[in-house]
Amino acid sequence: MIEVKNLYKKFGKNEVLKGIDLTIADKGVFAVLGPNGSGKTTLIKSILGMVIPNSGEILIDGESTLNNWQYREKIGYLPQIANFPVNLTVKELFKMIKDLRQSSSLDESRYIEKLGLTSHMSKKLGNLSGGTKQKVNLVLTFLFDSPYIILDEPTTGLDPIALLILKEFIEEEKEKGKTILLTSHIMSFVEDMADEIVFLLEGKVYFRGSAAALKEQTGEVDFEHAIANLLKTQYV
Amino acid sequence: MLFINPSLSKAILTLMNVIIMLVPLIGTIFGVMYYYNSKEFTELLLALPIKRSSIFIGQYLGVAISLSLSLTLGLGIPFIIYGLFQSPDIWEFSQLLLLGTFLSFIFSGISYVVALVNENRIKGFSYAILIWLFMAIIYDGLFLISLVMFDEYPLDKFSLIASVFNPIDLSRIMMLLKLDISALLGYTGAVFKKFFGSNLGSMISMGILVLWTVVPIFILKYKSSKKDF
Repeated sequence: MIEVKNLYKKFGKNEVLKGIDLTIADKGVFAVLGPNGSGKTTLIKSILGMVIPNSGEILIDGESTLNNWQYREKIGYLPQIANFPVNLTVKELFKMIKDLRQSSSLDESRYIEKLGLTSHMSKKLGNLSGGTKQKVNLVLTFLFDSPYIILDEPTTGLDPIALLILKEFIEEEKEKGKTILLTSHIMSFVEDMADEIVFLLEGKVYFRGSAAALKEQTGEVDFEHAIANLLKTQYV
Repeated sequence: MLFINPSLSKAILTLMNVIIMLVPLIGTIFGVMYYYNSKEFTELLLALPIKRSSIFIGQYLGVAISLSLSLTLGLGIPFIIYGLFQSPDIWEFSQLLLLGTFLSFIFSGISYVVALVNENRIKGFSYAILIWLFMAIIYDGLFLISLVMFDEYPLDKFSLIASVFNPIDLSRIMMLLKLDISALLGYTGAVFKKFFGSNLGSMISMGILVLWTVVPIFILKYKSSKKDF
C-alpha cells in the first residue's frame, strides 16, 4: 500500500505540491495525469526518494520513505529518458544493476528475447538508438519482480511492436497482483491500461476514479475529451 | 630529468614544484567533469535500493583513488627503475607521493562538492577552477602583499597560521623541510623548521591535511542527502 499524507513541496518560490493526500491500497494500474506543472513527476520522485518533500509523509507498506532506502527494493522504476554510462555494454549493465539490487541470480533472457535485444547484448550503450535504450530500460524495470512498479511516460521512444510488448508486460504484472503507477500523455494508452485515474491539478488531487466515472462526471462520451475537459479548467 | 641531473634529491624538488601545481588542477577538473558527466546515470541509481551516500562517496573515491594511483605508478615506476630502493632519498620520494595523494583527494573532493551544489555546469566548473587558482596562485600573492605591508610587525605566527589554510602551501612547506632546503626560507624558514620540523609540528600538519580531506567528504555526504534530483 502506498500512502501519501499531506505532501507539500516547493522549488524555490514555486509551490508544486500543495497537500497531496492519496492512498493506493489495491492492486492494479493507476494512471497519474494532469497538466504540465501539476506535480506528477514531483509526486513520483517523492515516492522514489529522489525529491525530498518539505512536509508530509509517504509510507510504503507502513514504512516511511524519509531517510530510508531499503523500501526501494520493492519498487521498479522506469524513467522517462534513461542515460546510461556510454562505455558499458548492455550485458555489463545488466550484471551491474543485478548486483546492485542483490539479485545476481535472476535470469533476464526471457525479457531480452521478447524485446529483441539479443543481438545488442555486446554493444556499448553509447551506440544504441533511443528506442533500443528504452527497451533496455524496460528489462531493468520488469526484471526484478517488484510489488510496486512506477512507469514515467513509458511509451516514449517505443516502436509499435515494443508498445504491444509493454502492454503485455503490464498485464502480466497486473495478473501477479502488482500495483502499477504510470504517467502518460497518450490518452489511448491510459484508457487501455488504467484501472483508475488520479488527476492532479495545481498540486492537489482533483479527481480520482475510473475512466468511466470520469466520462460520466464531465459528461463526455470520449475519454480524451473528458480529460481535455478537466484540463480546460487550468486554461480558464 | 634523471638523465640530466643524476641527483635524486634535486629531481624530487623539481617534481614537487610541478606536482604541487598540477595535481590539484587535475583533481579539480576530473572531479567536476566526472560529476556532471555521470549526473543522469546517478539519477537512475538513486531509484535503486542504495544509500545516497554510498553512491556519491563511491563516485568521489573512484576519481580520487584512480588519480592517486596514476600519480603513484606514473612517478614510482621510473624512479624504481632508476634505482630508488638503493637510494637514501626514498623517504623524501615517499613523502612526495603521499603529499600528491593527499592533494588529489583534497581537490577532487572540493570540486565534487562544488559540482554537487551548482546545477549550472558552467558555474560549477568555473567556481571549481577559481578555487584552484586561488589556492595555487592568488593566495601566495595575498600572503606576500600582507608580508610587505606589515613588515614592521613580527609575522612568524601569522605566516604559520596562514600557511595552514592552504593545503598547497602546507604541502610545499612540508616537502621543503623534508628536503632540508629550508635554509633558503630565511627567518620564516627557521620559524617553520622550528614548528613543522619537530615531531609535534609534522603530526599537526599531517592532521590538518587529513582535515582538508575529510571535511569535504562530510559536506558531500550532508549536501547529497538533502538535494532534490
